[in-house]
Amino acid sequence: MAQAVKDSPAAEPLLKLRGIEKHFGPVQALFNVDLDLPAGQVTALCGDNGAGKSVLTKCIAGIYQVDHGQFFWEGRPVHITSPRDAAHLGVETVYQDLALADNLDIVQNMFLGRERLRNGFLNEDDMERSASQTLATLRVTTVRSIRQPVASLSGGQRQSVAVAKAVMWNSKLVMLDEPTAALGVVQTKMVLDLVRRLRDRGLAVMMISHNLNDVFEVADRLAILHLGRMVAQDRTSTFDRQSVVEYMTTGASGRPAQPGNGQKGQHGTS
Amino acid sequence: MARAEAPEARPDPTASAEAAIVNVPPELVAQSLGEWFRAWMARLRAGQSGVLPVVLGLVLISIVFTAISPNQLFLSAVNLVNLFQQSAVFMVLAMAEIFVLLLGEIDLSTGFTAGVGGVIAVQLVQPVTTKWPWWGAIVAALLVCAAIGLVQGTLITRLRLSSLIVTLAGSLILNGALLILLGLGPFSGYPSLLGHNPNILALYKLMWGTIDPVVSWIGMAVVVIAIGSVLWLSDSRRRRSGLVAPPASLTLLKIALIAVVSVVVVAICNINRANIGTLEGVPWVIPIVLAVLGVWMVLIQRTRFGRYVYAIGGNPEAARRAGVNLATIRTWCFVLCAFTAGIGGLLYASYLGGMSNNFNGGQLVLYAIAAAVIGGTSLFGGRGKMLHGVLGGLVIGGIYNGMYLLAIDVKWQFIVTGLVLLVAVTIDALSRRSATSGSAARV
Repeated sequence: MAQAVKDSPAAEPLLKLRGIEKHFGPVQALFNVDLDLPAGQVTALCGDNGAGKSVLTKCIAGIYQVDHGQFFWEGRPVHITSPRDAAHLGVETVYQDLALADNLDIVQNMFLGRERLRNGFLNEDDMERSASQTLATLRVTTVRSIRQPVASLSGGQRQSVAVAKAVMWNSKLVMLDEPTAALGVVQTKMVLDLVRRLRDRGLAVMMISHNLNDVFEVADRLAILHLGRMVAQDRTSTFDRQSVVEYMTTGASGRPAQPGNGQKGQHGTS
Repeated sequence: MARAEAPEARPDPTASAEAAIVNVPPELVAQSLGEWFRAWMARLRAGQSGVLPVVLGLVLISIVFTAISPNQLFLSAVNLVNLFQQSAVFMVLAMAEIFVLLLGEIDLSTGFTAGVGGVIAVQLVQPVTTKWPWWGAIVAALLVCAAIGLVQGTLITRLRLSSLIVTLAGSLILNGALLILLGLGPFSGYPSLLGHNPNILALYKLMWGTIDPVVSWIGMAVVVIAIGSVLWLSDSRRRRSGLVAPPASLTLLKIALIAVVSVVVVAICNINRANIGTLEGVPWVIPIVLAVLGVWMVLIQRTRFGRYVYAIGGNPEAARRAGVNLATIRTWCFVLCAFTAGIGGLLYASYLGGMSNNFNGGQLVLYAIAAAVIGGTSLFGGRGKMLHGVLGGLVIGGIYNGMYLLAIDVKWQFIVTGLVLLVAVTIDALSRRSATSGSAARV
């Protein structure tokens, strides 16, 4: 179904949003938002509190339905009206509060809602094997046993499990909501490495973040929301910290265009 | 990674297997299964004390009451069988309660749901009125109980009412319904299961019927071999494919433990317990309780439904985002709780040999919740096993039985049971706190 656009991946982003509007009663949360999420790239979604980052994420995840606007998945117009639609397309979201059940172990969490069965009963062996493979390919190797309850994991490990859970389902777009919030330095590095590996696997990654260090470290592209409007969207190398802060706080910036600096910026080190 | 660590977590299988069987006391097992034991200790520290406290409690109860009961009567065959029969209702009602406790909810109507189930069955089989066959009466009683659970569960999940209040109201309503049902027919409020009518006797035998000693041994052997081979095959398959699995010695130890307990139970039951004539063999109630335990264990631990129950108890938001239909699963838990309570009610009616307006469903449900919590099930949801209901029921039954033997007044029995419950909830809360602070400390 996606054959027509496969030969021009650079031209056609995996997910393209055009003219997205969303309001809650009289409050308009998103105004005419355009967003491109290309495969194999990390797009950081930035914005101050209340800018509409979470609303936009939830619209893509199918939790909210947009009032106006169109989604194009691999160039085709699609409707995302429920989380099921999003999951069907290959959109997975890793929420800030991680959405892991503390009392379940890593395997149980990774397969929650999509358990594999054999003769009507849970096929634990099969699930454990797949979970362990996924964790191995993402090089999440610090957990002692994949049968330990999530409650016993560190913050970074929990985040890694949540990400691995999202990746496991042949997802094509992974959205991470503040993946490094509340993490220490080492844990943050671990999660950012994981984000890079997702990109290297050819996934489109959207990362919501307040942390400009993280953004400049891993993001290939930046999209900045201000009061529900998309005020800037470009390669990370065309921004500097100052301009990002200006966009986030005032919605505009006097940043000079830096066309020559686009190919290899701060993000090109990995 | 699990795979990488698996080899060192596994002691030399041949040597430790022998050691494990020989060294049954826990501290010796610990040495032969060092890695496993350390993992177990880590789990204890992480707040998953499991069944250890309740097993220790049972041992303590046995020692104390054996020491002080007249002629060490507590551990006599007749008393042990009696104890199990007394505990059976607590066990089944506790298992019922565990379905909703796992969600972090509570059902205060379990006792009177059981009462309504019991009285329906007893009334329906009466030969002078309805004359239903015993099996029809049982099915009808259990269906009515399930319907009660469906109504309460629907109110709680669809209208988002508090389970505490809905089931408290349900408890009162069912208490009234129980009295109405008792008053039906010409039995002046005391429909009975006594007499020689075989149809009535079938219900009476749920608690008091016994299985022929030879059949008891054969049945036990079949069950132990079946459970043992399932355990062994699945564990060894996991070991072969390099998955996280207990060491072979531990699997053997588990099987051996099940076998030993089964042999001891059947041996005790097969002792002639009557002063005059013969009363021997395993009472029906033991396989009934074990069947309830087995079926619910499989449901809660080996099916999607069970997994979702735990997920909802642990983090409802995570379950919702994973696509779990919370309202449906929750409602089913209340249905299963009430259905299981119905089984408990049948056993209770059988134990009493009928039903009467002395039925104290309010106290029964408190004992059921106490049994579940004493067994190790958390009131906060997400942690608990069906086995906890059986073990906790034995503790409650043991206290009741032991104090009865000593002719200690019922007021002291209440106080002791209450204190045991306090200890149990304290363990629950402390282990929960250490679990959360433990993970916070590791961040």
